[in-house]
Amino acid sequence: MSSPDVALTAPMSSTPVVDMRAIWKTYGMGRKDSAVRVDALRGVSLTVEQGEYTAIIGPSGSGKSTLMHIIGCLDTPTSGTYLIDGEDASDLTEQDLADIRNIRIGFVFQQFNLLSSLNAWRNVELPLAYAGVPASKRRARAMEALEVVGLTDRASHKPGELSGGQQQRVAVARALVNNPSLILADEPTGNLDSVSTADMLTLFGTLNAEGRTIILITHDPDVAASARRVVQVRDGCITADHVVGAAGGRSYVTLGSDGSTDAQVRPDGAMSEVAR
Amino acid sequence: MNVVQILRTSWAAIATHRLRSALTVIGIFIGIAAVSLTIGLGQGAQRMISDEITSLGSNLLIVTPGSSTSSAGVRGGMGSATTLTIDDATALATPSVAPDIAGVAPVMTSSQSLTTSSTNWTSTAYGTTASWLTVRSRTVQAGRFFTDADVTDCATSIVLGPTTAEELYGQANMAVGQSLTMGTAQYTVIGVLASVGSSTMGDEDDIVVMPYSTMSQRILGGVNRVSTIYLAATSQNTLSAAYQEATSALLARHGVSASSADFSITSLQSVLDVASSITGTLTTALAALAGISLVVGGIGVMNIMLVSVTERIREIGLRKALGATPGVIRLQFLIEAATLAVIGGILGIGLGYLAGWAITQAISVTVTISWSACLLALGVSALVGIVAGVYPASRAARLAPIDALRSE
Repeated sequence: MSSPDVALTAPMSSTPVVDMRAIWKTYGMGRKDSAVRVDALRGVSLTVEQGEYTAIIGPSGSGKSTLMHIIGCLDTPTSGTYLIDGEDASDLTEQDLADIRNIRIGFVFQQFNLLSSLNAWRNVELPLAYAGVPASKRRARAMEALEVVGLTDRASHKPGELSGGQQQRVAVARALVNNPSLILADEPTGNLDSVSTADMLTLFGTLNAEGRTIILITHDPDVAASARRVVQVRDGCITADHVVGAAGGRSYVTLGSDGSTDAQVRPDGAMSEVAR
Repeated sequence: MNVVQILRTSWAAIATHRLRSALTVIGIFIGIAAVSLTIGLGQGAQRMISDEITSLGSNLLIVTPGSSTSSAGVRGGMGSATTLTIDDATALATPSVAPDIAGVAPVMTSSQSLTTSSTNWTSTAYGTTASWLTVRSRTVQAGRFFTDADVTDCATSIVLGPTTAEELYGQANMAVGQSLTMGTAQYTVIGVLASVGSSTMGDEDDIVVMPYSTMSQRILGGVNRVSTIYLAATSQNTLSAAYQEATSALLARHGVSASSADFSITSLQSVLDVASSITGTLTTALAALAGISLVVGGIGVMNIMLVSVTERIREIGLRKALGATPGVIRLQFLIEAATLAVIGGILGIGLGYLAGWAITQAISVTVTISWSACLLALGVSALVGIVAGVYPASRAARLAPIDALRSE
């Protein structure tokens, strides 16, 4: 980063960013007919530590979207405990969840989700506005975030005037601007061509190297391969959790096996006690 | 998220759909224009009445012969009975009898043909005292009014209303010093009254005013009955005291009880009150009718806000994902609805003013759109917007962010 700034350095703490314990999510709870109930998540436990770069991979219908919604505090679990950055998010009001989404999480979406009527830096400053940052400081911070993604010269362009890759960079800048504990990217390369996809994954790599925690949700194994840890979801359970070795080699860890992984998860959701 | 930011966001949303916003605004625009115009008409009418009363003299009491019901239960025709005399007027003018009455002007009336050497004209002749001028709050624009001495002397001096003078002599100031024939006698014009225009009491500019003594002797053949006695109280505050004094003095003089009074006393204030309450009721009723169009406009705003919420469901979801609380989303849509309505309100007041001006120019009815009416109209339009926006705004606020983000 060419202009280091306190506001944009990653937060430092030893608390896990994501700490999910036996999370269940059941849809159709309001119905009397129990046949229509769907268990989207069945006792998922997952811990993501500070500074990790994790990909959550799974086919559609696997529950990865539900998992992402709960991680992103866009939805609350039916049962279980979810601590985000040490804060219990499993039983919060809509108002409190809004605050958590604002401060602790930076979202990157498949469809970029920029507001077409606002130019790049106006889009980037939105989370700051909702956080109550005074208007006088917002522009400078938005520009810093745009600098991180290398789009300072496009700050005054509207989304329609930017390429898909550039739009997604603006979205990443917007995710960074409030200096969140976690960057949550939902299929961020789903709408990008291969060149832009490579750029985006490089950007995530750089951000992770700077100490930012990233969770990337994807169905694409190639995209997942850019992460240092890959969590596989199927039928509402975590079926595999493998770490790509820091030295470049890959180690694959199946469930129940013992090893030096970041987290151990069993289908019943219980965390195994493993020294790290 | 401060209010300025929310206002800017709302404005951007309105500006994105210009035609749709404009059509929505028209509903409120017409409603507010209709309401402000009706209220303006009502207030104008009220002001016209009160101006007229003030010009007639707000401390004026009018005594007329006859009363609504006689003791025998026979209704006496008001004004047709001839129970009032010059002596009654003289008695009321006595300070010991009625200390709160400042001036007394008995009036005899007769329609007369006026003839000059070149033309003729029919007008109403008033026979009265010298105090008529002050009691009726009139002024003389040329020459002079007749004096008490003229009354005593049965002088043949007359004062013309401005219309009468113009009809007879072409110009008001040409009349003074001229002579004319009325009935069988010759009279000298000694003055011309200033114009007051026509009023509820008839055309007060087309009259001939002369000493009552002269009129009684030369025109009415010695009769000293009067058709009206005008009384001026010493001030507006002593009006009711003067009313009491005049009533008891006349009852005593006529030897009748209050229930069988052969005269009635009206104060212009009471006429004003009745007229005001009638125009007030009419204005309220008409404004309520006009208000219905405002309700229709409000429904238009609500409809378009619901469309807007549905259309911007993804935007709402995104804003929520970025940390917008339900309260902020609700406020954004409320402000958007209120902005639409207030724009309509401001334009509506403008149209109301314009239409009011046009009406004032076209017909002789004054339309008064006061500042308070403007503020009220603005407040009402903002309220309409907010009420219309509450339901769409809470729908937006209640949207779950995942559902909103998911929808295409």
